[in-house]
Amino acid sequence: MADIAAPTATAAAGNRRSSLHKLVQRKSTIAFLMALPLILLIAILIVYPAGYAVYLAMLSKSMTKFVGLGTFEFILKRQVFWDVVYQSCLFAISAVIFKAIIGFIVAHLVHNIPLKGQRKWRGMLLVPWVIPPAMSTLAWLWLFDPSYSAFNWILAHFGIGAIPWTGEAGWARFCVILVNIWAGAPFFMIMYLAALKSVPEQLHEAAAIDGASWLQRIWYVNLPMMRNIIAITALFSLIVTFANFDIVRVLTAGGPLNATHIFGTWSFKVGIESGDIPQGAAVSLFMAPILAIAAAFILRDISRRGSEV
Amino acid sequence: MAQVTLRKVVKKYDEVMAVRGVDLDIADKEFIVLVGPSGCGKSTTLRMIAGLEEISGGDIAIGGDVVNDVPPKDRDIAMVFQNYALYPHMNVYENMSFGLKLKRTPRNEIEQRVKQAAQILDITELLDRKPKQLSGGQRQRVAMGRAIVRDPKVFLFDEPLSNLDAKLRVQMRTEIKKVHQKVRTTTVYVTHDQVEAMTLADRVVVMNAGLIEQVGSPNDLYHLPATKFVAGFIGSPAMNFIPCQLEQAAGALRIRLNDKLSMPVPASRTKRYASFAGKPDLVLGLRPEHISETRPHAEPDQHDFDMPIEVVEPMGMETLVYFTVNNTEICGRVNPDAGSAAGQAMKLRADLSKMHLIDNSTGKVL
Repeated sequence: MADIAAPTATAAAGNRRSSLHKLVQRKSTIAFLMALPLILLIAILIVYPAGYAVYLAMLSKSMTKFVGLGTFEFILKRQVFWDVVYQSCLFAISAVIFKAIIGFIVAHLVHNIPLKGQRKWRGMLLVPWVIPPAMSTLAWLWLFDPSYSAFNWILAHFGIGAIPWTGEAGWARFCVILVNIWAGAPFFMIMYLAALKSVPEQLHEAAAIDGASWLQRIWYVNLPMMRNIIAITALFSLIVTFANFDIVRVLTAGGPLNATHIFGTWSFKVGIESGDIPQGAAVSLFMAPILAIAAAFILRDISRRGSEV
Repeated sequence: MAQVTLRKVVKKYDEVMAVRGVDLDIADKEFIVLVGPSGCGKSTTLRMIAGLEEISGGDIAIGGDVVNDVPPKDRDIAMVFQNYALYPHMNVYENMSFGLKLKRTPRNEIEQRVKQAAQILDITELLDRKPKQLSGGQRQRVAMGRAIVRDPKVFLFDEPLSNLDAKLRVQMRTEIKKVHQKVRTTTVYVTHDQVEAMTLADRVVVMNAGLIEQVGSPNDLYHLPATKFVAGFIGSPAMNFIPCQLEQAAGALRIRLNDKLSMPVPASRTKRYASFAGKPDLVLGLRPEHISETRPHAEPDQHDFDMPIEVVEPMGMETLVYFTVNNTEICGRVNPDAGSAAGQAMKLRADLSKMHLIDNSTGKVL
């Protein structure tokens, strides 16, 4: 029996070795091993903080007891949370829509400037986007100042009374959205300009011969050809705008009376300023499902169209 | 009636003159091909007819109306582009009907016209497909279909077959000819391929350096070129150009190629060439098919000579032989069974009845 068993054991070990060798040689294994450093980096920089935020959100205010979903339940019952949801959506959606419209129009204008002067204009138009928002928002803060405001000074020249730019809920919301549009529209412009440059000139010529006016050429040629870039840019901007912090923080700090708080600023106020870190973590976590739904819709649309063109 | 007229048409880009005064009359229902090397101004001329380029001078008229300042959409033209320029987000039906839709043509009429054009081009089963799902040849047909449905006054083709492989190009060439025979619309076609020009055109316009060199039927251009450029451009392999002298000796005119080789000028040409005897800078133009192997019976004006052959290129139905005279490489077309071999002397025959005498200083055929 022993004579027979020994060769069998050797054969089994050999089989194991060869199957391990095959596994290492397999393309998918090599690909996984090559992607491993990135996977580890993502795990350290994203998965760990996200997991830690979930853990924090499940602790009591003093961070000594595990309360499960209690903090989330508490937040959902607060009126100010629903105000923040409304304000975040209003802020992000209206800012993205206006940034997209302005970016689209300006991209077309720049595209039609002769190539020689185009670089200058592109550079100048990008300035609001490249200045750190906290710094540029300080300048806007002075422009909106109720006592020394340049805007109110101009309005006074026309006999119009001073506007409480950041002192009244409606105007304050208008101001934070306006500054966000000012800072973010150049990004849309540059993305749309790149997309426009990839539309073959012959399509415009074919459309011109087919009888399309310039507006019809934009509608029937440019817009469909740019749809994926428009959608990706809008999604990217929606995420960034929704999670905005600096503009609102510097301009209104969420006031007056929480009227301009969005998720980022409110979670900062609750978590850092008021010292309730679990509640701050829970507030910030609410952003994820809202953005995930928007991303799913937009990306589904892109992949559906991607196979067409 | 859709004749197209160009009068002293000029196109200038900053300091560069792309088109330097083109005069051309294209008759109704005619198929005109503009041919020439890259940068000769043929595409620019076509684009000016289309209205895609502004003209710097002169007049362009379509159907008798000057259209210099008329935008492309109001010129009643249709154009087929080199890269097809199909709208990638529209299917074939939408691509073909786009122009009619913009004109607010009734839906049932659009459907009828698209289906009719699709039938002519045999693309009925492709109407629901996107351009991405079509082969090069199918895309080309769709681009032509888009032009046909519009029923325009003039068709403009800008090197439409350049992106196709050689076999498909020949096939599509025939298709284009068939379509023109069916719809009989005035057509202006641009190509750099002289075979396309010769096979498709009622008349060929040869352009060079922004000017028209010659306008004529394919046969006229081949047999009666007006300039050295046309003689060299039309025909493949190209016409041989051999520096020569025209001698008057004992009342007879002779073409002298070098000390050893001279041949009498055909009797039918002596009167025409007599005044050029002794003129410097003359060139003898002779097509490769007019240099062949010797045969038992010589026709008048055919002259035999011996030449060492340097290169032999068997083509199947013929063999091309290359030799050098006056430091100029000469090509001849001989029978594959004539026994030509590189490095060996061969008895060849030149048919001077088809010769051209060219003044090299002016480039004109005398």
